[in-house]
Amino acid sequence: MTTDTKRNFKVVGTRPNRPDGVDKVTGRAMYGADATAPGMLWGKVLRSPHPHAEIVSIDTSEAMKLPGVQAVVTGADFGDPESLFVSDVQEHCMAKDRVYYDGHAVAAVAATSASTAAKALKLIKIVYKPLPHVTDVDAAFAHGAPVIMHHRAFEILPPGTSANATNFCEFGHGDLHEGFAKADLIVERSFRTAATHQGYIEPNACLASYSSDGRADLWCCTQGHYHVRDLCAQIMGMEAAQLRVTASEIGGGFGGKTSIYVEPVALMLSKKSGRPVKMVMSREEVFRATGPTISSSMDVKIGMTKDGRMTAGQAVIRASGGAWPSGTMEMGAQAAFACYDMPAVKTIGWNVLTNRPKESAYRAPGAPTAIFGVESVIDEMSQKLGLDPLEVRILNAADAGTLSSYGPTFNQIGLKATLEAAKNHPHYKAPLGPNQARGLSCGFWFNFGGNTSVSLAVNTDGTVNITEGNPDIGGSRASIGMMAAEELGIPFADVRTIIGDTASIGHNDTTDGSRVTFAVGLATIRAARDAIQKMCHRAAQIWDIDPDAVEWEDGAAKPSGPNAGQFPPMTIKEIAANAFRTGGPIAGHHEVNADGAGVSFGVHIADVEVDPETAHTLIKRYTVFQDAGKAVHPSYVEGQMQGGAVQGIGWALNEEYIYGADGRLQNAGFLDYRIPVASDLPMIDAVILEIPNPGHPYGVRGVGETGIVPPLAAVANAVTRAVGTRMTDLPISPPKIMAAKAAAGK
Amino acid sequence: MSTIHVSTTINGAPTDFVCEHDETLLDVLRNRIGLTGSKEGCSSGDCGACSVTVNGRLVCSCLVLGAEAQDAEVHTIEGMADGPTLHPLQKAFIEHAALQCGFCTPGILVAAEALLKEKPEPTDEEVRYWLAGNLCRCTGYDKIVRAVQAAAAEMRGV
Ligand code: FES
Ligand code: FES
Repeated sequence: MTTDTKRNFKVVGTRPNRPDGVDKVTGRAMYGADATAPGMLWGKVLRSPHPHAEIVSIDTSEAMKLPGVQAVVTGADFGDPESLFVSDVQEHCMAKDRVYYDGHAVAAVAATSASTAAKALKLIKIVYKPLPHVTDVDAAFAHGAPVIMHHRAFEILPPGTSANATNFCEFGHGDLHEGFAKADLIVERSFRTAATHQGYIEPNACLASYSSDGRADLWCCTQGHYHVRDLCAQIMGMEAAQLRVTASEIGGGFGGKTSIYVEPVALMLSKKSGRPVKMVMSREEVFRATGPTISSSMDVKIGMTKDGRMTAGQAVIRASGGAWPSGTMEMGAQAAFACYDMPAVKTIGWNVLTNRPKESAYRAPGAPTAIFGVESVIDEMSQKLGLDPLEVRILNAADAGTLSSYGPTFNQIGLKATLEAAKNHPHYKAPLGPNQARGLSCGFWFNFGGNTSVSLAVNTDGTVNITEGNPDIGGSRASIGMMAAEELGIPFADVRTIIGDTASIGHNDTTDGSRVTFAVGLATIRAARDAIQKMCHRAAQIWDIDPDAVEWEDGAAKPSGPNAGQFPPMTIKEIAANAFRTGGPIAGHHEVNADGAGVSFGVHIADVEVDPETAHTLIKRYTVFQDAGKAVHPSYVEGQMQGGAVQGIGWALNEEYIYGADGRLQNAGFLDYRIPVASDLPMIDAVILEIPNPGHPYGVRGVGETGIVPPLAAVANAVTRAVGTRMTDLPISPPKIMAAKAAAGK
Repeated sequence: MSTIHVSTTINGAPTDFVCEHDETLLDVLRNRIGLTGSKEGCSSGDCGACSVTVNGRLVCSCLVLGAEAQDAEVHTIEGMADGPTLHPLQKAFIEHAALQCGFCTPGILVAAEALLKEKPEPTDEEVRYWLAGNLCRCTGYDKIVRAVQAAAAEMRGV
């Protein structure tokens, strides 16, 4: 594909107001919990207090007798989906004969009020037979650990491995032995990272309405309503066409709203009661039963010459994605060394089952923790060899033509340019105060494209409606509309973009993998080209010339040269006004499985100050450098970079799932699971580099995920330099800093 | 079930409702009055998404009982714009891209309005501490602080 990088953009690259802005600042925008329906009931879920137990019996008879209760469901109401994947998702939504984590759903009630539903839950009697549990990744991996599920290993496991080990992967190239032999310095370190939650502020919510004729409608906050439709239809035994899913406005997701939780439960309650059912998760439920990320433990070994060139690298990642198999560690194993040109590299990933909720994607899933280990070791080696850590990264950075650590050879990539920008930025040379230090880290994410349908209708007045199928999670309606306006040569204000429901246009993959601005943008540009071609035909028809002799420029058809004929340009408005006389309504559309998303790199610099007495870490200054490809709406590109950075800072410093010895989650609320607040932070400087992606007509790359990758190591490296001892266990909370200092005798 | 009859004023309009004795003001606003602009992010006073003012005081409506609204003046996000004219804070949030998902936005706007009433010329640090009870997971707060300052400057007429 040719990328039009020399193009003089008129709309792309500007910062118009987003079209959904007014609704969102006035309280009018409708989120998951904001919809109601006539005769609506309220659904609530009863959850297991045990991390692992057999369900001996469930007695719902007393609950059913409570006035106002209209339906009760348990695992017995659901069938057995054919697909193992769907069956796992279903079991996570509603337990069958066992519970696998604290917070696992065991029953649900629909009643005429939320308070009645809550009272009814207390009347359900469940007899459990508790089973031994394990919540720690290393403990679950050890021989003799309580086994959570048998026969779920995807690979033949080495003897002596716990039966909890499920997924395994291995990547790399070159001769490790030879590589390490060439090194002047070899450092090997182990790291641990806690599971974190996506922490979207809007709890999961839905409104389900199942009719007695077998049709259903579902309204929910999700990153992917087509995926919700497909999963729920399979769980409910419905055909896809019978279930229409509408995505509400979404109050954050970050990967955490790519699956289903209460949606099939609400559908089943609606089916049984014959009435619409609304379900809204509490914050405690969100923490106990949705999200979180993997927890992990890993060993990283790197060899380096004394001038800083890496000769070999190795990483072994042990991750747990909760009580069901998870492949997230595979992306971590692929990403670990992706920033570098490695003569020899090998990464291995394991997943192991623990009694925790089923992991969900979180912004660049797998990459932040894996890269944290690698970037920490590189920092330590730079310190030991007396080298500038930024120069070491420039020396080893992957470039066009580099065979990546996970297989493909990179084409046009922006890591070197990003590192150079960081090196030349005033932040890197700014003086530091007492108890302050600076850390840095690179980051990488693959980016995805995927299946996309876009339909573009030209209205009779020449304005344009776009229907796409990806929930707008952070301004994508604006960027999609901008690309359409750019291609058509019309003002942005003349385009209105809506997100259709599952019945209105063809399939769209979920809003994930940083795919929307890239893939939906690409499909929108092509849909616009489709419409342009049709409009050129209409003009040719009116002028009575050959359609090939018509071209499109600045929102109008015009003869392509003096030989084509002498006609003044015919604008989109004129063509649209004549549409009914020239063949009928005009629309363009495009369906694609987009590839060529273009990988993305970032570099972050963090300055921290660690209080010598309390070990509290304050972020003093923070700068993000990221290759964004062409930035369609720079404000929202910066927003992705800033938001990702702050989530990563939270992961580095505060956020963690804390399980007690009883296997129960101890901090299921925003008071004890502390995400960064405004007073914790400085401004986050965002420096956009625009290295065009050859896979997109305007050079656009995904930008959403890379930003969460570097902060873990950037902050850890800064704290390490401030306190003088290496921090290897996330989050780096004050007690851990105190303990590390004490152990180092500081 | 014991219910209570409450007479109050919401965004300037006299309003009567009936609620359960333990029902929060947030649930009343959202589920009985239909004002769903105030959001529930936690129902424990930790996120600020439900921020409203009661008699001019900034509160988390999830920590206030509906019954406490008796004879009070309640202001919510729905009352912030002057008819079709947006409040300078609302305008600044759109212009400065200070919202991504927008779920925290109503609560932050209500909280920021209360700040600017008390302190028309806050420092960045004062804005950050005032808004420390309003969680935003999307933006990293940078553009929020800038938008509040831009609105403050506009309201001061500079
Ligand atoms: S919902 Fe009231 S503070 Fe979170
Ligand atoms: S904009 Fe999404 S939580 Fe603030």
